[in-house]
Amino acid sequence: MLLFTIIAMIKIALLLAGLMGAAAYLVLVERWIAAWVQDRLGPNRVGIPLTKIRIFGLGQPIADGMKFIFKEEFTPGHVDKFLYFLAPVTIFSAAIAVFAVVPFGSVLPANLGLPADWVPEGLAEPIRLVVAPGIDVGILYVGAMGGIAVYGMLLGGWASNNKYSLLGGIRSAAQLISYEIPLGLGILGVVLATGSLRLDVIIAQQAQTGFWNVVLQPLGFLVLFVAGFAESGRLPFDLPEAEQELVHGFHTEYSGMKLMMYLVSEFIHMFIASFLLVILFFGGWHLWGLTGSGDVVSWPIAIVRVAVLLGKVLATILFFMMARWTWARFRFDQLMALAWKVMLPLGLVNLVVVATWVEYGHRLAALLGLPEPAAMAVCGWGVLVVSWLVVTLAVPATSDNRPRRGPVAGGLPAEEIEVG
Amino acid sequence: MKPDDENVRWIEEPKLGLSGKTYLPLAFEGLTTTIRHLLSRKLTVQFPEERYEAPDPLIYRGVHRLNRDEQGRVKCVACFLCATACPVHCIDIVAAESPWPDREKYPESFTIDELRCIFCGMCEEACPVDAIELTSLFDLSGKSREEMVFDKAKLLSVYDQTEDSEPMKSAQLSQTPRPGETE
Repeated sequence: MLLFTIIAMIKIALLLAGLMGAAAYLVLVERWIAAWVQDRLGPNRVGIPLTKIRIFGLGQPIADGMKFIFKEEFTPGHVDKFLYFLAPVTIFSAAIAVFAVVPFGSVLPANLGLPADWVPEGLAEPIRLVVAPGIDVGILYVGAMGGIAVYGMLLGGWASNNKYSLLGGIRSAAQLISYEIPLGLGILGVVLATGSLRLDVIIAQQAQTGFWNVVLQPLGFLVLFVAGFAESGRLPFDLPEAEQELVHGFHTEYSGMKLMMYLVSEFIHMFIASFLLVILFFGGWHLWGLTGSGDVVSWPIAIVRVAVLLGKVLATILFFMMARWTWARFRFDQLMALAWKVMLPLGLVNLVVVATWVEYGHRLAALLGLPEPAAMAVCGWGVLVVSWLVVTLAVPATSDNRPRRGPVAGGLPAEEIEVG
Repeated sequence: MKPDDENVRWIEEPKLGLSGKTYLPLAFEGLTTTIRHLLSRKLTVQFPEERYEAPDPLIYRGVHRLNRDEQGRVKCVACFLCATACPVHCIDIVAAESPWPDREKYPESFTIDELRCIFCGMCEEACPVDAIELTSLFDLSGKSREEMVFDKAKLLSVYDQTEDSEPMKSAQLSQTPRPGETE
């Protein structure tokens, strides 16, 4: 029991340090990428204090953190003090708590790879690289904790007692709640195919068959991918922030460490989205011919698995960052139209296809004369292409929302147009 | 402005083709643009170590200078055209009778408030004798407001400093004959 607690503590410490360090340094990476995409050099000055050593600006995150710590933490007089303090703590702790069930590797070797009589008895079982191993509702827990982000945003907007913050909070809540549904549908497809809610089982299943879910359910991947962007509030879905024209919305009134908690938890939401994408659709720690698939591992394999998982997550995060400078922000009606008119139907189609496959897949595979995963991949990609075409032709993106002169097809008749 | 205003020209957006409607080809095109810029040459000038070189110092508008003529006297004839042209009234001239025979007036004092100046270059345009010019020096700084009010000596010293790197513009820009020269 004591050993179990110690191991859990070590894992929590590793995870927290890793998360905070990664958040700090990925902010630097994000600034670099932002600069490079805009043909600038980015932060490259801050190095070791009091010397002229610059080390490519790697001291920047420390300087950024110090700035937030020493900044005046101003609490406006008109806020609801208790909720104002509670909101950033809620969103931050919920974001961190998600990682309790997210595996950041596979397992460590039994007995830590040492002869059995050198180590305590409790280590005979291989240690799973997840803070709370064996939680059967893993993915549900992720969804539940992720949903609390909405509370953080709404509370922040409400407690600020400022009409624009409140509007910002409501705007964010509407976006997050809308995209929870496609997110859930995307996850549901994988859960249905795997038959388990545990993230490590989902990875293990992909590792055993060697077919990643992105190959088998491309439509589900697409839905989860878009919803993941929207849930983490990244461009092109960063309406919760929208610093250029909507002035940050719900956290306008925050400063100092409380603001930092919001910003860091936003970053952690991006980590969560990346981890989910990698674990559910890109095989987690699995890479063909390199990591093996079983639970019996040696030290090198264990380390390679961690590296592969984190490498995939990093690649996803880099894609998130590139996307920020590639696609323009949606307008709010476009955002909602995408969620309800495009992603929700696509998610439902994916769910129906997967459910049908789980029931009749083996017969269909026999009929096509293909091995089962290959037949499912063929089906999945066919459905993706057809439904994508149907959706894009049936729901064309509307970019023109100007008030109309005279009657237009599908628009208001001329006399009903409000003229400002 | 009302939407049914007759003077409003109503422009329709171009209709999206199939590749635009399916979104992905255009999205991919956007991503390639971003990646191309990610890897392209950077334009940043690392300021204290490197200095920005104006591509054409003739048309760069930096700190002012007061030009000297061949005898080292200030060229200005205190006609007040620059002070009149200045949109922010940052030029202050006190004219006096010229000690030299070739002109009537000369500036006894000539000050420019560099903090007030908007570096529009109107003074340079207005000057009939090409006495005031804008150099390509851009990094001017000072510790007080008073220090940033440049007097005649300071403006002439800017000329002495930039004389070699930036010869007087008049000959190169407009071929204006200098005073005393015949066409």
